Amino acid sequence: MKRRPSGGLLDRDRALRFSWDGRTLSGFAGDTLASALLGNNVSTVGRSVAQGRPRGVMSAGLEEAHAFAQIGEGGATEPLVRSTGVELYEGLVARSLSIRGVLSPETDSGRFEKRYAHADVMVVGGGPTGIAAALAAGLQGARVVIADEGPELGGALLRDRYLIDGRPAAEWVRAAGLMLAGLPEVRVLPRTTAFAALDQNGIVLAERVSQHLPIADRSGLADRRLWRVRAKQVILATGALERPLVFPDNDRPGIMLASAARAYLHRFALTPERIVVFATNDDAYRTVFDLHDAGVVIAAVLDARDEATGGLPRKARQAGFEIETGAVVTGTIGDQDGVLQAVRVARLAGGGERLVPCDLLAVSGGWDPNLNLHQQRRGATRWDDRLATFLPGAAVPMQTIVGAANGRYGLNDCLVGGREAGLAAAAALGFAGTVVPAPSAGDEAEGEHASVWHITAPDGDESRSFIDLHRDVTVAGVTRALGAGVRHVEHVKRYTLIGTGVEQGRSAKVNAGRAVAGGIGLDFAQVGVSSGRPPAEPVPFALLAARSRGALFEPVRTTPIHPAHVALGAVFEDAGQWKRARYYPRPGEGMSEAVVRECLAVRNGVALMDASTLGKIDVQGPDSAKFLDRLYTNRIGTLKPGRARYGLMCRLDGVVFDDGVVMRLEPNRFFVTTTTGNAGPVMEWMEQHLQTEWPDLRVWLTSVTEQWATVPLVGPRAREVLAPLVVGMDLSKEAFPFMAVKDGVVAGLPARVARVSFSGELAFEVSVAWDQGLALWDALLDAGSAYAITPYGTEALDVLRTEKGYIIVGQDTDATTTPADAGLEWMIAQDKDFLGKRSLERPAMQRTDRKGLVGILPDDPGVVVPEGCHLVADPNEATPMTILGHITSSFVSPSIRRSFGLAMVTGGRARVGQRLYAPMMNGAPAVTIVDPVFYDPKGARRDG
Amino acid sequence: MHPNEHALHNPEFLWRNPDPKPSYDVVIVGGGLHGLSTAYHLARNHGIKRVAVVERGWLGNGNAVRNTTIIRSNYLRDESAALYEHCLKLWEVWTEELDYEILFSQRGVLTLNHNLHEVREGHRGMYSNQLNGVDSEWLDAQAVKEFCPIVNTSADLRYPVAGGTLQRRGGIARHDAVVFALARAADRLGVDLIQGCEVTGFDIQRGRVTGLVTTKGRIGAGKVGLVGAGRTPLLARMAGIEVPLQSAPLQALVSDIVEPMLPCVVSNALHVYVSQAHKGELVMGAGRDPYTSYAQRGSFHILEDQMAAALQVFPIFGRVHLLRTWAGIVDVTPDASPIVGITPVEELYLNCGWGTGGFKATPGSGWVFAHTIAHGAPHALNAAFSLDRFETGALIDEHGASVAVH
Repeated sequence: MKRRPSGGLLDRDRALRFSWDGRTLSGFAGDTLASALLGNNVSTVGRSVAQGRPRGVMSAGLEEAHAFAQIGEGGATEPLVRSTGVELYEGLVARSLSIRGVLSPETDSGRFEKRYAHADVMVVGGGPTGIAAALAAGLQGARVVIADEGPELGGALLRDRYLIDGRPAAEWVRAAGLMLAGLPEVRVLPRTTAFAALDQNGIVLAERVSQHLPIADRSGLADRRLWRVRAKQVILATGALERPLVFPDNDRPGIMLASAARAYLHRFALTPERIVVFATNDDAYRTVFDLHDAGVVIAAVLDARDEATGGLPRKARQAGFEIETGAVVTGTIGDQDGVLQAVRVARLAGGGERLVPCDLLAVSGGWDPNLNLHQQRRGATRWDDRLATFLPGAAVPMQTIVGAANGRYGLNDCLVGGREAGLAAAAALGFAGTVVPAPSAGDEAEGEHASVWHITAPDGDESRSFIDLHRDVTVAGVTRALGAGVRHVEHVKRYTLIGTGVEQGRSAKVNAGRAVAGGIGLDFAQVGVSSGRPPAEPVPFALLAARSRGALFEPVRTTPIHPAHVALGAVFEDAGQWKRARYYPRPGEGMSEAVVRECLAVRNGVALMDASTLGKIDVQGPDSAKFLDRLYTNRIGTLKPGRARYGLMCRLDGVVFDDGVVMRLEPNRFFVTTTTGNAGPVMEWMEQHLQTEWPDLRVWLTSVTEQWATVPLVGPRAREVLAPLVVGMDLSKEAFPFMAVKDGVVAGLPARVARVSFSGELAFEVSVAWDQGLALWDALLDAGSAYAITPYGTEALDVLRTEKGYIIVGQDTDATTTPADAGLEWMIAQDKDFLGKRSLERPAMQRTDRKGLVGILPDDPGVVVPEGCHLVADPNEATPMTILGHITSSFVSPSIRRSFGLAMVTGGRARVGQRLYAPMMNGAPAVTIVDPVFYDPKGARRDG
Repeated sequence: MHPNEHALHNPEFLWRNPDPKPSYDVVIVGGGLHGLSTAYHLARNHGIKRVAVVERGWLGNGNAVRNTTIIRSNYLRDESAALYEHCLKLWEVWTEELDYEILFSQRGVLTLNHNLHEVREGHRGMYSNQLNGVDSEWLDAQAVKEFCPIVNTSADLRYPVAGGTLQRRGGIARHDAVVFALARAADRLGVDLIQGCEVTGFDIQRGRVTGLVTTKGRIGAGKVGLVGAGRTPLLARMAGIEVPLQSAPLQALVSDIVEPMLPCVVSNALHVYVSQAHKGELVMGAGRDPYTSYAQRGSFHILEDQMAAALQVFPIFGRVHLLRTWAGIVDVTPDASPIVGITPVEELYLNCGWGTGGFKATPGSGWVFAHTIAHGAPHALNAAFSLDRFETGALIDEHGASVAVH
């Protein structure tokens, strides 16, 4: 095509250079990549995926099936971008694609953002319908969001020569835009595509914030922004898409939709020399008028209908155009590059062909309302004979489909319908503000659309008659599918790959359905088309991830004592979102040396750790005891104020869910701890039962995990270290026994002190307000300095608790482990009901060959058999071997000075004394099954 | 391979479209992959001639076309490992046996671990697999990088990759081709595939099923196999059987097509799993939506979270486009293992509850279910997967080990 010396919506003062396949070309501000390519006589923009045929720009918008390019360089290069939607900018780098896109491993400097918005009325589409709707609703006072994919409002008005109220439509668009801009509750989002419609009127938008700017001008700006809009009312003014026609060689560069030919004229000042217009409906006649007025030779006007009686054809005849009704294109001829040179024309009824030379063939097979968002909500569609397309059925609740999207193609219909929809949406929400008169445009009487979609190849070869131009699927391909026995459009899609391309077969669906219906002699309305699914337009992964990248992927949770761990050189582990100190290596120490030192400090001296990540729940109310008795397997109600008890919870299936300490602070108040990982799930579990199962219970829950910082002070010297720090608190064994709780003051801080121990040593667990945690830690360290107080981490804790045979839920247990399996049968109260109890009574739960917790001692005391290893009786058995269990915890014990561990094995403690093997690729170390308590079995140290 | 090439593998003929006969020896209710596989194996392995599959929609119109096509057998429990390994061995011969290019590709399934707890559970699974005769090996972070170079193994990650387990024999296949291949193979063996035929009731005489009431009339049946995935509870209820299934949406998505860059299947506990199909698109799944639903659509935030998780591990995916999303309905049992076996109604058999793992089980599911129907009793491989285990408590938990951390 040629660029005209003037006209179009271009800024001629701003010539822009861009690169296409390494060549430097130039266009103007206002161009798209597609128009700039056409303006540089680039006819072929890519090759087709299956047959490798040359393909050119075939649309000026969403209908595009060919022109997808690789845009940008380095880490920001983006594959398969629709060239008709790319605004040209200085320095744009684009490449044609050989089928597949390319991704770059380089760092992407682009930033993607996310925003949330609430709207009274969300208007999707900024054409005449959407503008009229937004204006009507906005003037009523409603909070309106209107989004359009283009850089400015106007939609189809930008590509056509319409009059509104007797003036050029552009003037009305400009005036309406100014009015919208003046309404404080209205937000106009240009360059914004609504790509997903969610339940309850959620609309998801993709806004191009800086993508249209030269790279150098983007700094500080987001690349794109994701909008999640929740709207009370949604107005879909998404317009209609023009449909191609199917005939032999209908895919050449130089074949374009009729409306696109007008868009390239009116927006981009591009014209061919000789044009053939081939249509089944009236709208294409606008192409005849407009291109003729621009000096283009109208080589032929072919109307597949037997009669063309609408207003526009009549005008065309009056203007002296020769209109051939019942005439069609039966083939096309290309030059050596495959670019269109001429079309073959014949009567639909048959007869001879003639050649008509031309450099542009404008086709229109009719229009399809753009209903993707409606279909995403499972909105129905219905076939309309007169318009030969699918129109929306009933809109989903709180939505309106209006204008061309509703099959009302006349501009006046759009303006009136849009305004009425805007008023109705606002009125439904109780708004009653200014009402301005409706703009008006004179619509032509529209003739019926022909149901012609396919011109049979005169030679019977349908292998070049493309239905899906992007996927290269032809009539012959569909015929082959039907011959194989498939009948359903979804099977045809999967057999041929129709509709699976980057444009999701937008312009192919209806013709595909018709091919199927025709092929098997069914009514097309029954065959239907495959449904639209999100997204309506492709969006980059990075847009959905938005700011959840890098360190912001998930929050890092740290305790108030974290700075102290860092200062001590701790090595951390991830425990869910928490960072926990795993061990504190001193210079020259590896993990094993550090852990031995930390363990021995606990056993022989005094040590402290940060247990602030444990889940904590404050349970209050007169029915608290009853509530907790139903949750825990053991009896809680008998606990006396000031005392604590180890508690165990099961899921409904009787499997161990969580464990922790339950403290009774007052008759009607409990303080419950959970494992770190189950802080949230236990809280939800409690709330769920309270709210849905036992709403009669008067119990109130508060998660206080981040209200209390907790430091266990542990070891035989713990009492001595703590004593000088407390005021009026008798720490003696008699006054403050194991499993007692006291509130008081520690190191000048209000504190709760509990005699609980997960290491088996004398321990005082001190809790203070979260923001005083570091002060507590420092005070304890200070007070313990004379006793060589030692911070210990989770790794040492793991060794210490394993020596005592204490389980970690989720490590030594899994989703099959009952309390009895874990050796905790003593925690099951027989005289009350609790969640999971009934399941525990099932026969399989009572079997004696269930897996049970045992200890293991490797034959070689220097070998730590890896956790996760499975145990067998015969290491030489062929696979699949008879597996008896697996090792759940495995360490070197500084206390018994050898390797040891815990395991779950069938039969449990009945196997004590047996020797089993842990086969691995490189050997099968032997272990002896022993009792799981390796240290201080009587608990004398803990109780001390 | 160019992106349409595999469509060209589709044969000239797939299936007849017969009307139902008055009666059959066996009627399979549900024309998804497991139903087709069952019918195929009934005819192939057990010589049963008069078999029909009745399907309310079109063949494969369920999770067959809504899954992420991942195939692996590295399950934790012994019973599961045996069953899924049987499936994998069948996959390994199916291209030849079905005489169809189903694009079965054993490119390896890599499961990444990101913290100590996951590493421990990863090793547990690996050792269990090895002893069960299922291939599995451990890759440390560097070996992960070598095996799949686009994985971000930087220590600066929010959750750095600690390593992963690899099942080299795992991989993917083209799901649509598997539907076509099985349907064609069943049709060739004389199975009537009856689409657009919905079951509305059962004829049960003195505790024994004798036929089906359908939208295409009554169909007599000597034996009936229910393979209705998420709709199984609705079907079973018509026969007076309660099935402990919960149905929830599980979303998946594909990207547009890009140059080959992902040589294997990768998944992790950050809730993303991804492979690159032969055509070039990335196929990705996430965790299921946390509510019960029959609507084949999911929650948007699941996609957002999934993308964030994907870009943690694969920053190179930032600019690839989300092209299409969908949701299947997964039928999940209380222990996340399937139910394959007999029911309280004589000659009525049940195969359901495959949850998120159905595609990979296609061959073995049909194989053992056909055996169960033909013999009136389960095969050793599916004996443990009985309906009555929810009463006895002999569960086969496959929820994955508990995610609790200390």
